[in-house]
Amino acid sequence: MGYVAVKGGIDAILAAEELVKLGRLQSRSELLQIDQLIEQQRMAVDQVMSEAGLYDEKLAALALKQAEGDLMEAGFLLRAYKSTLERLGYSLPIDTSRMKVLRRISSAFKNIPGGQVLGRTRDYTQRLLDFNLIEEIRVPESAFQQPKATTNMPKFSRVSDLLRAEGLLAALAPSEQEPFDITRDTLKFPAPRSARLQTLARGESGAMVALGYSSLRGYGMVHPTISELRYGKVPVEFLHPLTGNPVTVGQLRVTEVEALNHAYSIVGRDKDGIAEQESQNKDGETVAPLYELGYGLVYGQNERKAISMSILDRALDIGGDAPSSDQEFVLYHIDSVESSGFVEHLKLPHYVTFQSSLDRSREETRLAYAAEAGKK
Amino acid sequence: MITETAQKQANVEVETPLLVVENLTRLYGHGCPRCLELTGPETGTNTCSNCGTLVACADVNFEVYEGEILGVVGESGSGKTTLLRCLYGDVAPTKGQAFLKSFGNGRQDIFQASSQQARYLQDFVMGMVRQNPAQGLHLHITAGGNIAERLLAAEWRNVADIRERSGALLNRMEVPLNRMDHYPAFFSGGMQQRVQIAKALANHPVLLLLDEMTTGLDVSVQAGVIDLVKEVQRESGVAIVVVSHDLGVIRLLSERTLVMKNGRVVENGLTDQILEDPQHPYTQLLVSSSNS
Amino acid sequence: MLKDLITTEENYNYAFLDEGSKREIRRNLLKAVAIPGYQVPFGSRELPIGRGWGTGGLQITLSLIGQGDIVKVIDQGTDAGVNAANIRRLIERTAPDVTTTFQTSEATIIQTRHRIPEEKMQAGQLLVLQVPLPEPLRLVERSENATRRMHADKNYSRMWVALYEEIVKHGLLARAYSYPVMVNGRYVMAPSPIPRWDVEKLNNAEHLSLFGAGREKRLYAVPPRTAVVPLDFEDYPFTVEDFHGIRCQRCGAEHSFLDEITTEAGQKTYMCSDTAYCDEQVAKKVAEREMQKEFAG
Repeated sequence: MGYVAVKGGIDAILAAEELVKLGRLQSRSELLQIDQLIEQQRMAVDQVMSEAGLYDEKLAALALKQAEGDLMEAGFLLRAYKSTLERLGYSLPIDTSRMKVLRRISSAFKNIPGGQVLGRTRDYTQRLLDFNLIEEIRVPESAFQQPKATTNMPKFSRVSDLLRAEGLLAALAPSEQEPFDITRDTLKFPAPRSARLQTLARGESGAMVALGYSSLRGYGMVHPTISELRYGKVPVEFLHPLTGNPVTVGQLRVTEVEALNHAYSIVGRDKDGIAEQESQNKDGETVAPLYELGYGLVYGQNERKAISMSILDRALDIGGDAPSSDQEFVLYHIDSVESSGFVEHLKLPHYVTFQSSLDRSREETRLAYAAEAGKK
Repeated sequence: MITETAQKQANVEVETPLLVVENLTRLYGHGCPRCLELTGPETGTNTCSNCGTLVACADVNFEVYEGEILGVVGESGSGKTTLLRCLYGDVAPTKGQAFLKSFGNGRQDIFQASSQQARYLQDFVMGMVRQNPAQGLHLHITAGGNIAERLLAAEWRNVADIRERSGALLNRMEVPLNRMDHYPAFFSGGMQQRVQIAKALANHPVLLLLDEMTTGLDVSVQAGVIDLVKEVQRESGVAIVVVSHDLGVIRLLSERTLVMKNGRVVENGLTDQILEDPQHPYTQLLVSSSNS
Repeated sequence: MLKDLITTEENYNYAFLDEGSKREIRRNLLKAVAIPGYQVPFGSRELPIGRGWGTGGLQITLSLIGQGDIVKVIDQGTDAGVNAANIRRLIERTAPDVTTTFQTSEATIIQTRHRIPEEKMQAGQLLVLQVPLPEPLRLVERSENATRRMHADKNYSRMWVALYEEIVKHGLLARAYSYPVMVNGRYVMAPSPIPRWDVEKLNNAEHLSLFGAGREKRLYAVPPRTAVVPLDFEDYPFTVEDFHGIRCQRCGAEHSFLDEITTEAGQKTYMCSDTAYCDEQVAKKVAEREMQKEFAG
């Protein structure tokens, strides 16, 4: 008799690849251009950059086009590409106080120096499907009432700095330590804050929103007030290898969130009853800070992820029983490449392990029957 | 207490203690030079008013001899549970030493033991029974499996032998054999405690630590557990440190007693003597309220 | 067939990974070989195949291959299945001076998912195993911190209790694959989801076995001539899968791990999981028959 062969794997793959490409190319509509994705699907491009941990709009748009809009697949393409690139070095830390602000709000205060700048946001639009977009004709820019050009944007001092001046927020202590690098070292627990923030910064948006949400709803203790959310462009600087001077090599769009949480108690003690860091207010009095910051920073415009990051930053700091406070639970499961990879690996053949498992199940059944028979 | 030099001078054969604890101190917090002065039975508090540090116990000294039962009595905050947890290795003391005859010839401080040595002490030299069975047992591993864990740590590798020994221990603790393969999560409190005791005794430890073992059990059940412990102690000769806030339990079990208040030992002597003629005002209070 | 427009090899380094990464992985592999069975954490890189699809094994292979290497890639024992074919293709594309083979004895490096070849491997050959879950103690403890401590203290009592409980509950050692083993008398190791059938091939082997868990970011190794002993009891010893004397339908092999296949007609039949081995047995039989014919006629 003939045998059933599982040969021809490479033929199957090549055929599948052809179908993948054909499917997109057979569309009757016009082929998508990279620029169209960058300009008209920018939120998707931003999310892909954010989850890949690689800032490059063109490459992210390419990945999105190739992945036919599958955000996790696109992030995967970008992240894999990173592995073949040579690492040139580390930039200087970006300074968001130098941000060219496109949007800036505070929930904690009604008025803040510089004012609330709503900017380009859907937050207060009404979510009504706009059927005019189906047969859309380009409308000239002159038809819009544009806000005045922002060449005279006020300087936006940070709300958190104002709180620090009052001693309500702990002073920023300069750190002597090298930040952890999650792309080079494996996480150990408890993870240092730099490692936690890095993992969150390139975490999968949906997973982080779910976990942040759980904390707000009561599966956790962190329900902060946003001190400031700002979105805009920041310069990226490198130290010149010869002169040692900072050189601007480009700029990034980032979303930053600082969220305020009550410190453990008015007296400034942590959960073991040990006195927390004290700070001095502007009158030189020693006070225990009333608030702690949760911090969020992501590539591009992704406000729900940045807010979730600020919640999880704080939740992981305080620890406790909540799932959102369990470092291993959060940090191991929010990476989109790892989570999607392992979930989807179930599609791989597992017939050998299953055969082995059948062997055990059948043996156990045989033993059970034998035992039953023996009893009679 | 007889010192070693005094022994030599007297040229008398005196038994060396199984366990010697010196200056055991445990603080929670940063600590300051006034902590000890500002806490204790005289000030009636465990918390240092100067720096807020909690002095769980301080300057605790005692000995336990082979085969004897030492009681430690006090109310919550007295430091008695902290003492036990330091001995077993749950927490590290802030200061102090402890020496076990069976560890480094009694010359090696058990508080400085490496983590592997500490586990050896927990697996073979000491046994601990906790107030809350959930902390001393795996509630979702069978009763027999809980005891098996000890035997497996001692490298027993024959299932029939393991089950025989587990069965014998459970039987001795009056746990029916047909419950051996059941989960302690579904046992009564009294039975859970008996499984804990069986587990603690699995590898023939020389020292058994009982932390509020009967607290939370019905009074009628308590008596049964206490009787069992006494019998087992007589049979095996294991030394016991029994901690309780209940003077009645201490009275039934221990030959010598330490009385603790606010982290310090306030009285130390033969149980009978302490009960009949308490010296420290706190002990007097304890005894009188236990009698009324 | 559309021309493969994606192939722009100028954009990719030899064997895909940059040299710094390869060096780091090799160094960590040396550490792993020096401490048999110990899981070495490493800065695992992403690759163009999914996490959970073999990036650990592949990082090892890509870090080790060079000109003259002969690579065999198998999945579930077969070279021609989709996943093995895909991995082999990536290697061929990014390291064009490396040859690939289906023959076990010819290979310098064998990358495998979930099987060890039936034909005994020799000294000088490398076996690279893909590992989904490197931590054998994860069964009994979900925290990485706690399991690291257990390994450091050689405290495996909870693993042993789990095996005891299985016997109580099921009447036998229930673990089917990825059976926990003690390596060099020191570390309990997860041998990857190979069937129990293959476990003894790791014990006192002539070849070097390297294990890569890309997603979990761990590397470990079993050097040649190292003891690898499954955890079992005197009265409940470790046993392998039992095929009850059934032979491979195709080549007649008696001592080979068999795949159970249900035909179109609804019949159950069995075939060697190691297809290259099966092919060789068939070829041997054909050769024997030819020789007999020669002598006869």
